[in-house]
Amino acid sequence: MQVFAFYLFASIVIASGAFCIFARNPVHSVLWLILAFFNAAGLMVLVGAEFIAALLVIVYVGAVAVLFLFVVMMLDIDFAELRAGFMKNLPLGLVLAVVLLAEIIIGIGAWSSVGTGNADAAVGLPAGGPSNIEALGALLYSKYIFLFEAAGMVLLVAMVGAIVLTHRQRGGVRKQNIGAQVSRRPEEAIRNVQPEIGKGVEL
Amino acid sequence: MIGIEHYLVVSSILFVLGMLGIFLNRKNVIIILMAIELILLAVNLNLVAFSAFLGDMTGQVFAMFVLTVAAGEAAIGLAILVIYFRQRGTIAVDDVNRMKG
Repeated sequence: MQVFAFYLFASIVIASGAFCIFARNPVHSVLWLILAFFNAAGLMVLVGAEFIAALLVIVYVGAVAVLFLFVVMMLDIDFAELRAGFMKNLPLGLVLAVVLLAEIIIGIGAWSSVGTGNADAAVGLPAGGPSNIEALGALLYSKYIFLFEAAGMVLLVAMVGAIVLTHRQRGGVRKQNIGAQVSRRPEEAIRNVQPEIGKGVEL
Repeated sequence: MIGIEHYLVVSSILFVLGMLGIFLNRKNVIIILMAIELILLAVNLNLVAFSAFLGDMTGQVFAMFVLTVAAGEAAIGLAILVIYFRQRGTIAVDDVNRMKG
């Protein structure tokens, strides 16, 4: 059963990754990316990393993919023109990809034939121990607390940066000018006039 | 029985697909950003697989940090994309070098 699930998730994640790269329409690309993330989350559940799998679905599918969809749909772009160099780059790109993949797989084969001792240990942590989330939390809030804080800072800076970058000053909007308000003195703000009867006040 | 090599092969295929995506769609920044997400997904898969098969939780902690950085990177990248599009009306990246500061 586990073998079947592994091959199902693995084949779908690879196929949807390929479709994501080769899709003509960027919206389809985003949807294939979402499918790839779901199946990668399935792969992670298979090895017992439930928390990372849930995080993958929540963060990637819930936030990043939706952000991509927003941007793809907001921008009015001629995507046919952007694909102009696609066919020209295809043969060389495929050759490079095959070479790189062969190298990585040969590397994995060499690494696993040497053996690491406990690489064939049972999947996941020993049963009876703390659950995945518990163990992760204990590690995260003790040994890696400063890295955790740093990750929070990264997210904060990313958020502030994105807001600063995309914030736009529109013309023709009356804004509060705090400097002018504060530097205003009573003597230039109030005038005492005694207009003659029948005449208006000169402003 | 599924060993760690199976996971490593899957994640290396995903990595190469991401690289190929950057190479093929050199004009379209959106697809490039998605290809980067694919590469980071491959990295995460690798970290989680090693963490599970070697019985060490640290890999999953680092997978979480990679996820954080990926989310921040996507947000900043798309923000830059939006302002670039606002300025020039296109997102073809092969004339980005005209920005010059």
